[in-house]
Amino acid sequence: MDAELLARIQFAANISFHILFPTITIALGWFLLFVRARFLMTGDQAWMQVYRLYVRVFALSFALGVVSGITMSFQFGTNWPGFMERVGNVAGPLLAYEVLTAFFLEATFLGIMLFGHDRVPGWLHTLATALVAIGTSLSAFWILVLNSWMHTPVGFEIRDGVVFATDWWAIVFNPSLPYRLTHMLLASGLTAAFLVAGLAALRWLKNDRDRDVVLALKTGVTAAAVLIPLQILAGDMHGLNTLQHQPAKVAAMEGNWETRGHVPLLLFAWPDQANRVNHFEIAIPSGASLILGHSPSAVVPGLNDFVGRHPPVAPVFFAFRVMVGVGVLMLLVSWWAAYRLWRRGEPSPLQARVLVLMTFSGWVATLAGWYVTEIGRQPWLVTGVLRTTEAVSAVPAPTVALSLTAYLLIYVALIIAYIGVLTRLALKAHPAPSGAAPRLQAAE
Amino acid sequence: MIDFLFHPTHLPVIFASLMGISILLYVILDGYDLGIGMLMAVAPEPDHDTMVAAIGPFWDANETWLVLAVGLLLVAFPAAHGMILTALYLPVLVLLIGLILRGVAFEFRAKAHGVERGWWTAAFIGGSAAASLAQGWMLGIYVLGLEVSWAALGFAALVAVCLAAAYVLIGATWLILKADGALQRRAVVWARRSLAFALAGMVLISIATPLASPRLFAKWFEWPTIAYLSPIPIAAGVAFLALWRVLARLPQPGDRGSLTPFLLTAGIFALGFFGMAYSFFPYVVPDRLTVWQAASAPEALSLILVGTLFVLPMILGYTALSYRIFRGKARGLTYG
Repeated sequence: MDAELLARIQFAANISFHILFPTITIALGWFLLFVRARFLMTGDQAWMQVYRLYVRVFALSFALGVVSGITMSFQFGTNWPGFMERVGNVAGPLLAYEVLTAFFLEATFLGIMLFGHDRVPGWLHTLATALVAIGTSLSAFWILVLNSWMHTPVGFEIRDGVVFATDWWAIVFNPSLPYRLTHMLLASGLTAAFLVAGLAALRWLKNDRDRDVVLALKTGVTAAAVLIPLQILAGDMHGLNTLQHQPAKVAAMEGNWETRGHVPLLLFAWPDQANRVNHFEIAIPSGASLILGHSPSAVVPGLNDFVGRHPPVAPVFFAFRVMVGVGVLMLLVSWWAAYRLWRRGEPSPLQARVLVLMTFSGWVATLAGWYVTEIGRQPWLVTGVLRTTEAVSAVPAPTVALSLTAYLLIYVALIIAYIGVLTRLALKAHPAPSGAAPRLQAAE
Repeated sequence: MIDFLFHPTHLPVIFASLMGISILLYVILDGYDLGIGMLMAVAPEPDHDTMVAAIGPFWDANETWLVLAVGLLLVAFPAAHGMILTALYLPVLVLLIGLILRGVAFEFRAKAHGVERGWWTAAFIGGSAAASLAQGWMLGIYVLGLEVSWAALGFAALVAVCLAAAYVLIGATWLILKADGALQRRAVVWARRSLAFALAGMVLISIATPLASPRLFAKWFEWPTIAYLSPIPIAAGVAFLALWRVLARLPQPGDRGSLTPFLLTAGIFALGFFGMAYSFFPYVVPDRLTVWQAASAPEALSLILVGTLFVLPMILGYTALSYRIFRGKARGLTYG
């Protein structure tokens, strides 16, 4: 394999591993604040017990996010020096603002949130929790500004091949930002909701059915049931926005080769890019035209209009179906479980089992969604401005292969350890009565 | 004042200074927690929890100074960022894997028991050592102008060991502040032992740098420059001597003087850093790329500077708040 492909795989591996953890912590921070607020309002110790379990999940996820994020900041230089040399005048300030406004805020107040409960007054501890949640969300905002600008670049001019900013307002609020940011924040909410519910369902199945377990289960399932319809709406609007600005990506998502009306919605197909056809199509007639143009005869762009300038079709096509498939599953499971939880106050054993299986479903959907949008941007790194090939470093292939192998080994090991520890944290959340039970901070 | 700061020829210098401050703060702050990580290799098992507690609330924010330093290099001097990090590809890999291992081991360790806990402790120690050695190695290669020769590699290996020793030293002095009883007494012994290595490292770099580059030799040893610069090595020498004397007397009743060794060590770090910064300025890649050649557009730099001037005081403020909240001796950590 050539060095560019290896460098792309390495960046994809790093950013895929990284995004798993912010996806959890962005929303879990707000969840913890909510739980804390409930405890302060009701004085119910069960909420404090919920807090104690999920703050541990948060701490572990946060640490994994931090260390994999540091890796990212170095990889720009080690593998993609062309990126900053060409678009650094736009990307630089955005990244700098992320570090300055978000990273220090979350890192510092995380220390107080995790370890400061017996050293600071209750209000300051709650404030620290709020600032951590704000920090993670701010971080998401800045990085999505940059990512959205890479998809829909505006507000700049090119002099001697280098990008110079001309309108920062336009750059920050570029056309795809509102949709992408909303879609990602909702994805984080869903990921955290299913994680919260999944760990609680695991405890419930193991006959740990105290009030805090049911509270966590209800909160997680309800959040998921509320967020998923919003996400489907946001996803649809994001798709229409992409159709406007990156039609080749939408053509790949739909697996549509010719620009025409009455384009079917493909439930399944095997896109064959060499011959520019699909095999084994299972389709709903005019479905894609209806969704994208709100009319059966609406014209949908086809890949043949973008020969040599469109992304690889199969990965985008399949990743899109995985994302939508998981989304539909989330809708069914969350509504089914929410209905029963609110009527009977507990899940059925089958529902609990399904929720356990869905614990990390948010990860699958989020990764699939990112693959759709990022592979869908190819061959561009910055749409219409910088091709991925132009940004890669001259580091030889064997060296990149070595670093890639090292990262992959460590990431696989860490994911296994992470899931293992979360499971154990959940199962041991209630220590045996004879043991040293943690003293609750009643004063707060 | 504003015109002076935002003048196109001043901006790169300001950003080089900001990057320098970040690196110095990183080396001092993450230096002590990396050092404590390595010291766990020689500390008895029952002390491990206290040692972890001594850095628990701080390590994450400490590491953020590295992100800021690399971030400033990336956004202010993109050409240099590419050149330096491509040349240092493998040591950067070792550094990152070290940082990943120790960062996660910290969390995993707190949630594990028995044999598994032992593994994560080992990952914490190994990761801390790998990150420290890699940083020293990178410093050595950078000092000699990113050259790859056997002599440069030998020098880099030496700097790697010495920087790790310096981190152990500052880690031990942090422990003197945060621990009491037997652990504090042990930390005093560790500090005394690592002091000699750190001193040797500083002397070595001070001798090797001017010998390796005629430009640097001239920059340091021409009259009258040498007279203006002499306070730096003299102050460093005095600080080493003072540290040696203070360590010989610790611990004292009532925990008097337990902060002094850390402050002296941080002072030594700062002096070494200023010496090096003087040597390299105005180059951001030694003898190849000056800060002006490597800088981003003035518009981009101005925009970042506005934010920095607003936010940096806030960062320093809440960092101070955090250190104030967690002042005093370290106790076992519990999540709240």
